[in-house]
Amino acid sequence: MERHQYRLSELEEGQTGRVHDILATGSMRRRLQDLGIIQGTDIECLLKSPCGDPIAYFIRGAAIALRAEDSNDILVSI
Amino acid sequence: MGLTSSSTGLGALGAGLSIERRPAAGRVVALAGNPNVGKSTVFNELTGLNQHTGNWPGKTVTNAQGVCQYQGADYIFVDLPGTYSLMAHSAEEEVARNFLCFGGADAVVVVCDATCLERNLNLVLQTMEITRNVVVCVNLMDEAKKKKIRVDLEKLEQVLGVPVVGASARSGRGLDALMERVSAVANGREHPSPAPVGYTRLLEDAVSMVAPAVKAAAGDRIDPRWAALRLLDSDESLVSSMSEQLGLCLAEQPEVKAALSRAEQSLSQYALGREAVKDRIVSCLVVAAEEACRKCVFQEDASCNERDRKLDRLLTSRRTGIPIMLLLLAAVFWLTITGANVPSGLLAGVLFWIQDRLSELFLALGAPAWLHGLLVLGVYRTLAWVVSVMLPPMAIFFPLFTLLEDFGYLPRVAFNLDHFFKKAHACGKQALTMCMGFGCNAAGIVGCRIIDSPRERLIAIVTNSFVPCNGRFPTLIAIITMFFAGGIAGPLQSAASALILTGVILLGVAMTFLVSGLLSKTILKGMPSSFTLELPPYRRPQIGKVIVRSLLDRTLFVLGRAAAVAAPAGMILWLMANVTVGGATLLSICSGFLDPFARLLGLDGVILLAFILGFPANEIVVPIIIMAYLSTGTLLDMSDLAELHTLLVSHGWTWATAVSTMLFCLMHWPCSTTCLTIRKETQSFKWTAISFLVPTLIGMAVCFLFTTAVRLLGLA
Repeated sequence: MERHQYRLSELEEGQTGRVHDILATGSMRRRLQDLGIIQGTDIECLLKSPCGDPIAYFIRGAAIALRAEDSNDILVSI
Repeated sequence: MGLTSSSTGLGALGAGLSIERRPAAGRVVALAGNPNVGKSTVFNELTGLNQHTGNWPGKTVTNAQGVCQYQGADYIFVDLPGTYSLMAHSAEEEVARNFLCFGGADAVVVVCDATCLERNLNLVLQTMEITRNVVVCVNLMDEAKKKKIRVDLEKLEQVLGVPVVGASARSGRGLDALMERVSAVANGREHPSPAPVGYTRLLEDAVSMVAPAVKAAAGDRIDPRWAALRLLDSDESLVSSMSEQLGLCLAEQPEVKAALSRAEQSLSQYALGREAVKDRIVSCLVVAAEEACRKCVFQEDASCNERDRKLDRLLTSRRTGIPIMLLLLAAVFWLTITGANVPSGLLAGVLFWIQDRLSELFLALGAPAWLHGLLVLGVYRTLAWVVSVMLPPMAIFFPLFTLLEDFGYLPRVAFNLDHFFKKAHACGKQALTMCMGFGCNAAGIVGCRIIDSPRERLIAIVTNSFVPCNGRFPTLIAIITMFFAGGIAGPLQSAASALILTGVILLGVAMTFLVSGLLSKTILKGMPSSFTLELPPYRRPQIGKVIVRSLLDRTLFVLGRAAAVAAPAGMILWLMANVTVGGATLLSICSGFLDPFARLLGLDGVILLAFILGFPANEIVVPIIIMAYLSTGTLLDMSDLAELHTLLVSHGWTWATAVSTMLFCLMHWPCSTTCLTIRKETQSFKWTAISFLVPTLIGMAVCFLFTTAVRLLGLA
C-alpha cells in the first residue's frame, strides 16, 4: 500500500489523515491517547488560528486545538 | 450560568480540591465525566446548588458537594473534576480516581456528551473497571438531536452492562429517570454487571497472572483486575495512593511482586516493555469505545457540524478572528456604558434625595453634628456612591460576559491568542483564566488550576490582575466619561468611551503578554509545555436565565460588599477628615505624607490613599476619592458627572492625572480577596508577595514614566 506520510501539522484545512504513529512521549503521549488518538484514528484538519498556530483538528467527534510542536509529533498518512 | 457569587470574591477562596465524605446518613454518589459535558448542570439541577457552569472545558476545578432528596432519602452528590481519563496524569485526574477507588461512593454517575459519545465512553469503560456501581448519564441529548445524532440508549445499556439514562440537564429532562436508576444501584436493588474491556491475549494472560495475587493481598478493597492492569502499566501514583489510603503497599507485597515480575518477563518475550504495555492498554480502551459506538450511535446527517465550523471560520480565521474579538469587546463595553447611564442617574437621584431627608431627620431629632457626620456624611454617602456609580456597570457587564461564556466564545479567544502566549512561553489556557479575571480576579486565580504545568500556572497567577476585574471597570468608565469622552455629545459619547476603554483593556492584555514573557525569562524560566485545547460546540445561551440570575447575583454581591467594606471605609474616612491632630486633619496628614511620592506617579496623596483604602474592594476607590475631596469642597448636584468633573478639576486634576489614575487602576496590587486566594492556591507566601509586588511595581514604573514624559514635554 503506497501512501504518503505527513506530519499532522502539514495538513491543509479540510484534509483528513489517518494516524500512523505518535512520536510524542510522556504526558503528551497520554494526553493525545486520552483524546482517542491511536494508530488508525482519522483526524481532519479543521481550521487554523489567526496566526497559523495552533490548529484545530476534528478528533472523534470533538474539535481539539494543538500547537505545532505537538502536531509535528503525530505522523499521518493521506 | 456564569460566574456566581459563590465562584467569585470570597466564595472563590473557599473552594478546595479535597473531598470529605460526610458522616451523615445518606448514600454517596460520585459525579464523574469528561470536561464540559454538563456535569455541573446535572449537579446543580439535582442538588439545587448554584455551582458555576460555563461552556468551556476545565471550568469545574473544585469539588462541590450537595444533597439531592429522592423519594424521602438523601443522596450526597460529589461533583468530581472533569477528566478525560483516570490514568492520573494530572492532579484533577488523581483526585477523581482516588475518590472513585477509595471514597466509598455507593454509586458513580458518569456524565457523557451525547454529541461526542465515543471519547466519553473511554472514561465510562475506565470507571467500570474500578467499580461495578456505575450509572451512565448520556447528557445533551437535545443537542445530539439537533445535530442529527441518534443514540440507541437501550442498546448501549446492553453493550456496557450498566444502566444508561438519556438526559438534557439544562432543561431538567431525564433527571428523574436518572435518580430512579441511581437509587436502585446505590441501594443495591439493581446490580450492574459491567462488560469487561477485552485486552489483547498477551495482556489478558499477564492480568490473570497478577490479579489473583492482588486479590490475596488486598481482598475486595480494590478491584483486582483493575489494580493488576495499573501495576502492569506501572501507574506509580496509584501505588502511592494505595499505600496512603489503604495502608497497603501493593507492589511491595511478596506474592504480588513475584507475580508481577513473572508477568513482565513473559511480556518482554514479545518485546512489550512498560511503555508498550501502556500503549496497548489505552488502545484497547479506545477501540472498545469505538466498537460500542458503532453499535449504538448513528450519525444521520454528517453536515451537522457545519454551523459550528462556519461560526468558527468567522470567529477565528486569519482575517476576521482578531478584529471580531476586538469588536465584541468594544460592543460589550458600549452596552455596559450606555446601559448604566440611566439607572446610575436614577439611583443617584433617589439615594441623595434620601440623604437630604436623613439629614433633616437628624436635625429634627437634635442629634449631635458628629453623629450626623459619621452616619450620614460618612457611612451613608459612601454607600450611596458605591451603589449609584459602581453598581450599574457591574450589574450590566457581568451578565453580558456570562452570555459570551455560555455561548462557548472563551475557548475561541484562547485559540486566537495562543500564539502570543506561546511566544511568552506560557500556556494558551491562560487566555481563559485572563477572561475569568474580567469577572473577578480571585475567580481567575482559582481557574488557573486548569493549567497543568506549575511554572505556567504561576505565570498565569502573577499576571492575572493585569486585566481589570468587574470592580475596576466602573472606575475606568467614570474617569473616561469625565475626562475624555465628556466633550462628545449624544450617543457618540458612549461609543467613544467604549473605544477608549477597549484601548485600556488591550494595554492590560499587552502587559499580560509582556510580563508573562519577562517572568519566563527570569524567575520562572522554562519552555512552553504542550497542551490540548478543546473547542466545544457553540450553545445557545439561556439568555433570560443568565440575565436575571447574574444581575441579581451581582447586585446582591455588590450590596453585600458595600455594606461590609464601603460602610466601614466611609466611617474611617469621615473620621480621618474630621479628627484633627495639631490643627490638621488626619486625612490631610496621611494624604500629605503620601503626596510627594504620589506626585511622582502623576497622582496625588488622596488618590493613592484611596487605592490603599480600596485594598479590600476596588469598587470603593472612586467613592473614597470623592469623599475625601468633598470634605474640603462642595458638590451641588451629586448625580451629575459634569459636577464631579468640576470637583476633581478644582482639586488639581488634569487629563494627565486622569490617565495616571487609570494606569494605576489597571496596574496595582490585587485586592485582599485575590491575595488570600493566591496564598491559598500557591501555598506560598513568596508567590503571594511576588503577585502583589509585580503589578504594583510595574504600575508605579509606568505611571512614573508617563508623568515624567508629560512634564518634560510640557503637555500638562
